[in-house]
Amino acid sequence: MGLLSKKDAKLIMDPLLDDNPITIQVLGICSALAITAELKASIVMAVSVMFVLGMGNVVISLMRNVIPSKIRIIVQLVVVAALVIIVDLVLKAFAYELSKTLSVFVGLIITNCIIMGRFEAFALANGPWRSFLDGIGNSLGYGLILIIVGFFRELLGSGTLLGFKVLGDPIEKTGVYAFGYENNGFMLLSPMALIIVGLIIWVQRSRNTALIEDE
Amino acid sequence: MEHLELFFKSIFIDNMVFATFLGMCSYLAVSKKVSTAVGLGAAVIFVLAVTVPLNWLLDQYILKPDALVWLDGNSATPKLSAYYGYDLSFLSFILFIATIATMVQLVEIIVEKFSPSLYNSLGIFLPLIAVNCAILGGSLFMQSREIQSIGLALNYGISSGIGWFLAIVAIAAIREKIRYSNVPAPLRGLGITFIITGLMAIGFMSFGGMLTTDGKKEESNTETTEAKIEVLKQEQSESTQIVEVSKITKQ
Repeated sequence: MGLLSKKDAKLIMDPLLDDNPITIQVLGICSALAITAELKASIVMAVSVMFVLGMGNVVISLMRNVIPSKIRIIVQLVVVAALVIIVDLVLKAFAYELSKTLSVFVGLIITNCIIMGRFEAFALANGPWRSFLDGIGNSLGYGLILIIVGFFRELLGSGTLLGFKVLGDPIEKTGVYAFGYENNGFMLLSPMALIIVGLIIWVQRSRNTALIEDE
Repeated sequence: MEHLELFFKSIFIDNMVFATFLGMCSYLAVSKKVSTAVGLGAAVIFVLAVTVPLNWLLDQYILKPDALVWLDGNSATPKLSAYYGYDLSFLSFILFIATIATMVQLVEIIVEKFSPSLYNSLGIFLPLIAVNCAILGGSLFMQSREIQSIGLALNYGISSGIGWFLAIVAIAAIREKIRYSNVPAPLRGLGITFIITGLMAIGFMSFGGMLTTDGKKEESNTETTEAKIEVLKQEQSESTQIVEVSKITKQ
C-alpha cells in the first residue's frame, strides 16, 4: 500500500540499482566525477539534477504532442538550459562558495546525457506524472553513485564528512590519527573518482550476473 | 610564447578527459575501435575549433558585464553609454548551446556534401557531438578562465580538441589490446575501462610539472645576480672614495 501503484514504484526503484543511469546505462558521467571530492558538492549536484530532470521531464511530457519532430532536440536543449540557468542563479544566491566549487559543472548539467536520454526515451512518450516519477527515479540512481563516490573520497581523502571531522583531528592527533593513520591524499585527486566507479561497477555486476557483458 | 604555453597546457595538463572528465559518455561508447575513435576525435577537434572562438566573440560583445557599450558607439567611454551596467552573462548557457547546435548542424551538412563516406562512418555521432559535454565545457572554461583574445580562443579550442583526441585514441587502442586479456567477468567492458582511464589520468598528472615557472626562475636568478653586481660596484666605488679621502687626509 502506498500512494504509488506497482508500475509507478518500479519507475523509481529500477534506476536505483538494476538500471542505474551511470553504471548500467553509461550516461551522465561527465559532470558526475569531477566534483565528488566533497560529499556536500555531490549532494548539491544530485539535488540540482533531480530538479532539472524532474521538472524537465514534466515540461517535455506536457509539450510532447505539439513539438515538431525536426526541432525536438532544440526544444529539449532550450528547456534544459532554462532550468539550469535557474539552478545556477539559485546556487549563486544561496550557496556562493559551493557554486564556486561546482563552477562550470552546473552549466554542464545541460549536456548531461541522462537528461536528454530520459527526455527521448520516456518523456516524449508518456504522461506528466509518470515522466516526473521516471525523472526522480533516474536522478536518485545518479545521486546514489555520486554520494557513494563523494562519501569515500571525502572520508578517506580528508577524514571529514560534510565538513565534520569524523576520524579525529589530524593536527592534534586525536581519534584514529593517534594510531598513525594518515589521510590518503590521493583520494582527493580526480582520477580516483573513476577508479571508485569502476569498483562500484565490479560490485554491482558480481551481485547481478545478468549485467555482465559478453566477450 | 603565451600561445605555445596555452597549447601544451590544454593538451597535457588540462586535458579535457583526464583532468576534468568532459565528454566521457561518447568517450566510453565510441572507444571500442581505433578507427571510429579517430573519426570522432577529428570531428570534436573541428567543432571545438569553430565554436570556441565564436562563443568568445559572443561573450566579449554581448554577454560580459558592460559588453554592450559598443551598441551606441561608446566603447572608448563606457560609463557614458546607455548600456553601462548591463550584465547578460546569465544567458551564457542558452546562447552557447545555441551556437554549438547550429555549428554542429552546419558541420553535418558540409561533411555530408563533401565527404559522404566520412558522414556514413560517423553516423549518429555527429549530431551527438552537439550534446557532448566537451564542446560546451570548452566554451564554458574559455569563459571562466577569461581567455583574452580571439587568437588564444582559437588556440584553446584546437588544443583542447587535440587533448580529447589523444585520450580517446589511446583508450581505444588499449581496449583493443585488452580484448585478449584475462579481465574478471564483472569488470569486463565498462568497469575495466573506468579503471584504466583512472590510471591514465594519474599518468597524465605527471605532466603537471611541465610548465612550472622555469623560465621565470632563471629570469629572477639573473635579476638577483645583476643586482648583486650593482651592489658590489657601488661598494667598490665607495671604497675607492674612502681610499682617496684617506689619501687626501693623510696628506
